[in-house]
Amino acid sequence: MVITIQAPAETASLPIDKGGPEKDSPAKKEFSAKQLLLGALFGVVFGFLLQKGGVAKYHVLLGVLLLEDFTVVKVMLTAIVVGSIGVFGLHSLGLVKLHIKPTRYAANIIGGLLFGVGFALLGYCPGTGAAALGQGNWDAIAGVLGLMAGSYLFAECSAWLGKTVMKWGDRGKLMLPEFFGMRLSMFLLIFVPVLTIAIVALDRFTAR
Amino acid sequence: MQSIRLRNNESEEPVKTFLLMSISLSAVSPLVFSVVAPGSHPLDYSGPAWSPYLVGGLIGVLSMFTFYFSDKPLGASTGYARMAGMLGKVVAPKHTDSLKYYQENKPAVDWELMLVLGAVMGAFLAAWQGNELTGEWLPAMWAARFGESSLPLRLGAALVGGVFMAFGARLAGGCTSGHGISGTMQLSVGSWISVICFFVGGIATALLMFRL
Repeated sequence: MVITIQAPAETASLPIDKGGPEKDSPAKKEFSAKQLLLGALFGVVFGFLLQKGGVAKYHVLLGVLLLEDFTVVKVMLTAIVVGSIGVFGLHSLGLVKLHIKPTRYAANIIGGLLFGVGFALLGYCPGTGAAALGQGNWDAIAGVLGLMAGSYLFAECSAWLGKTVMKWGDRGKLMLPEFFGMRLSMFLLIFVPVLTIAIVALDRFTAR
Repeated sequence: MQSIRLRNNESEEPVKTFLLMSISLSAVSPLVFSVVAPGSHPLDYSGPAWSPYLVGGLIGVLSMFTFYFSDKPLGASTGYARMAGMLGKVVAPKHTDSLKYYQENKPAVDWELMLVLGAVMGAFLAAWQGNELTGEWLPAMWAARFGESSLPLRLGAALVGGVFMAFGARLAGGCTSGHGISGTMQLSVGSWISVICFFVGGIATALLMFRL
């Protein structure tokens, strides 16, 4: 198993400022009126793009899970390539902070698989579900209620899960360059072309 | 010491029950669905209005904007958690305050919840502009597979699916936006593992539902 590769944050070849712990403090600005307005504005753009991209449609989302419609993968991979160049570019200029999500092997895998089962049953994900609701897919209402119930259920179990599953294989804010023992710039020089080739290949060999 | 052990055991019970229920449900539900009639092909229905590369590229640019102006990556699932917490505060305020998750993530209207509400609005505008407003309860592809009168089954699946999805997202630490786009673009190992597992779980379940 690859887990044996040890690359803790401190021994990385290039220390990267990954942002502080993502916890709420009373003064945190994401609750300020200005940020709430910005959030809504960015949300409108996000929802608009999701709908135009077709990923608010049930059959497009199920299509990717049935390996027949790759629209979702094309949207995601393009967003990752552009966003990666953009965000690391801005970061290298000191204009933005990174927000690396923690790597917890057990929680990522178990949670990820549970999410996947839910994804197929619901047919929308949290972002595209909001978009589906906006375009008039009323079955997304049941999905929204389920999402809220599931969130609360997780909160019910959060103390126990925090002591168990979320501790198993906790590697902190581990990044792919560290994992492979590479410098960030070198990694991006490989990562971006590889994803681009994947997009081109997808485009050539898939009907949609 | 003993009282602490006792408390631990008590708090484990609902988790164990939930895990058992979820495992058995996930094993059984696709089989139940698949008993019903013929398959249905996603390409029989209309595709996206805009090129997926244009949309993906613009979502990448949007990410740069959210990082710069809001110091936040795009993510949707915690918006639902905050909403649930706010509802919980109304129904059972003391209990909600006692939960670890809501002590660390206060149940209030935040940036991400506004993002979700905005996305509903934005998708409405896009569908309205592009003449794609659906106003339907049953997706056509679902109806082709499970029948025109399968609305209760559809709503049940959507509800249960939502529960699984949100629980999984909170455990994994994000959803298709937070992990799948924002986390992967920042090269987080956990995000790449999570998104792969999203698709593994999703593909297996979808194939059981539609191709068995």
